[in-house]
Amino acid sequence: MECKRKKELPHSNGLNRATAFPDEVLERVLSLLKSHKDRSSVSLVCKDWYNAERWSRRHVFIGNCYSVSPEILTRRFPNIRSVTLKGKPRFSDFDLVPPKWGADIHSWLVVFAKEYPFLEELRLKRMSVTDESLEFLALSFPNFKALSLMSCDGFSTDGLAAIATNCKNLIELDILEHGIEDKSGSWLSCFPESFTSLEVLNFANLHNDVHVDALEKLVSRCKSLKTLKVNKSITLEQLQRLLVRAPQLTELGTGSFSQELTTQQYSQLENAFNSCKNLHILSGLFEATGQYLSVLYPACTNLTFLNLSYATLDGDDLAKLLVHCPNLKRLWVLDTVEDKGLEAVGSYCPLLEELRVFPSDPFDEGINDGVTESGFVAVSNGCRKLHYVLYFCRQMTNAAVTTFVQNCPDFTHFRLCIMDPGQPDYLTHEPMDEAFGAVVKTCSKLRRLSVSGFLTDLTFEYIGKYAKNLETLSVAFAGSGDWGMQCVMEGCPKLRKLEIRDCPFGNAALLSGLEKYESMRSLWMSDCNLTMIGCRTLAKEMPRLNVEVIKEEGTDDSQAKKVYVYRSVAGPRRDAPPFVLTL
Amino acid sequence: MEKYESELNLKATELRLGLPGSDEPEKSSCTSNGVRSNKRSSPETSEEESVNKIDHEQDSARQPAKVQVVGWPPVRSYRKNVLAAHENGDGGKYVKVSMAGAAYLRKIDLKVYKNYPELLMALEKMFKCSFGEYSEREGYINGSEYAPTYEDKDGDWMLVGDVPWDMFMCCCKRLRIVKGSEAKGLGCL
Repeated sequence: MECKRKKELPHSNGLNRATAFPDEVLERVLSLLKSHKDRSSVSLVCKDWYNAERWSRRHVFIGNCYSVSPEILTRRFPNIRSVTLKGKPRFSDFDLVPPKWGADIHSWLVVFAKEYPFLEELRLKRMSVTDESLEFLALSFPNFKALSLMSCDGFSTDGLAAIATNCKNLIELDILEHGIEDKSGSWLSCFPESFTSLEVLNFANLHNDVHVDALEKLVSRCKSLKTLKVNKSITLEQLQRLLVRAPQLTELGTGSFSQELTTQQYSQLENAFNSCKNLHILSGLFEATGQYLSVLYPACTNLTFLNLSYATLDGDDLAKLLVHCPNLKRLWVLDTVEDKGLEAVGSYCPLLEELRVFPSDPFDEGINDGVTESGFVAVSNGCRKLHYVLYFCRQMTNAAVTTFVQNCPDFTHFRLCIMDPGQPDYLTHEPMDEAFGAVVKTCSKLRRLSVSGFLTDLTFEYIGKYAKNLETLSVAFAGSGDWGMQCVMEGCPKLRKLEIRDCPFGNAALLSGLEKYESMRSLWMSDCNLTMIGCRTLAKEMPRLNVEVIKEEGTDDSQAKKVYVYRSVAGPRRDAPPFVLTL
Repeated sequence: MEKYESELNLKATELRLGLPGSDEPEKSSCTSNGVRSNKRSSPETSEEESVNKIDHEQDSARQPAKVQVVGWPPVRSYRKNVLAAHENGDGGKYVKVSMAGAAYLRKIDLKVYKNYPELLMALEKMFKCSFGEYSEREGYINGSEYAPTYEDKDGDWMLVGDVPWDMFMCCCKRLRIVKGSEAKGLGCL
């Protein structure tokens, strides 16, 4: 080929062989690299490889939108087609971050419109997005294909209407777990008659009725539709009409599952599910009771992910359903299934890798018993391939957790929430230290850990000593003093995200991590024992960290009740609201 | 006024983290949306808290006074709202009733009442308080020490009486009796 670029050396010898490679070839090879970690490594090899990597990169993932600026991003990577951005600290999901904190997408969009006019995908998590921004997005990027908004807020269905109206090439519209203003369902009718490219549509968490007619027509003409997740307003009857138009679906989120059906309607629905031979993922099932679950059975053979976390099923209903789901790898349920339901999981789902059990009644008490340590152990007896668990319960024992991880030593994500803060082992009344000790000692691949219950420093000593692959740690209402946090900061080499609330960790604990924060994405500490002096010291010693304190009304000025620390190459935030102090 | 307060014996119903009888300093405060939070205010209290926990190790029973903490358990709000649609059982529509300053909650069956006046009278009797008169514009006036509020399906706190009874019946998740002053903001909308 003649297109050798100027960088090729005329006298290549063994030493210079790397640079003798034409840039286009290098870029072509590197464009096949998808993993961000690999790309990071590649960019460090030498200047040529750095350049080839930056020119060939198409997707960028930014775990903290304040760690970099849009200007710096676009300067380094000129050819990006897909951006994933995460904004607020995770504890904003639990109302610990005040509204109007930031993470607004608009300033990014303005720069992208100029530098990435061919942008195709935008995936946002915990960002603030306004209707104006959505409209701007819809009008600025003619090739735009995929929009995913997870746990975002600040927009309304008007913004969705702008997307539907203007994005002619849209393939994916995914609205998850948000705080949006649902004004009306008419946005769905904004997709033009000529629009046929949709493959993914998820509006499961919106409330309002959509025009079912418009939805049916949309589903009919989008022959490539693979994922359809509707909201509660869609009845079983309406669902049946959608399913017959889209038997090719691989991912389905039903609407409400509790309509009174005639015999004919029931058999029509059953037939509809019968023709959905490609379903791998099933969710929705809002308000489902045992009554109509049997229509699902024929469609369950190939299911790998079943999300029942909106259905208040009991153990028997669950058992009857699971018999038909032998290939299940991921299961989300409510604790209404109780221990009996979990025994069924252990019996019928030998391939299970992920289990999440959500509380049906998180604040009330006595409505149901939920799940206990016995259901926990039952699952681990039958599901030896488990590596991800999220478990909300009201009682747990050290012995049960120890048995659990001995049965399933390959855990990568272990999140246990004993709902009463600071609750000990309910049988022995001892702290839950040995439980989490067993987890970190047994599960050498552990990457994410959430602890709960009554915990002393010993838990954190164990974590620091054994959890060598730990990347994310969440702690609440635990510990006895600074020493605990110090163990973690000094012991966990791969720690990236640490979020702590209501623990007796003070300035000494905060400062013990001085050397470490630059290698981490972020640290969150709320309602601990931090003071402004400690935070200022940290900010002074580590100028490349952003140390932010969220001020709350009515608290002492010397206290730092909510502290957020993160590394950044963009310097301190310029858009901080008055209640966020950047030190 | 003082006599009324001492008759109410507010101290006995004061919300704290300790067992009744122990004299822990009060740790909870009410935020404006009615959710109680027990944020720690100083290093000293945290030490007491740890000591308190160790004492409680000896008791097999859980603490009787349940404190509701902001953002705990860590369940996202869209999940909480989803479950609000489910009524408790086939029979009554039971909802919890809490009162500002009281340690224990009560439970009532809304289906027993046919309209607002019946409900309000029952609540006034149960909690030995008075709401005064309901006015659409100003909320509860004329001798209202307290005002009844409720949490609806969307998780918002509303003044009881604003919506038609039938709508209230299906939207109401739980009730909370707040001090008249706390409800003032609600009534003025």
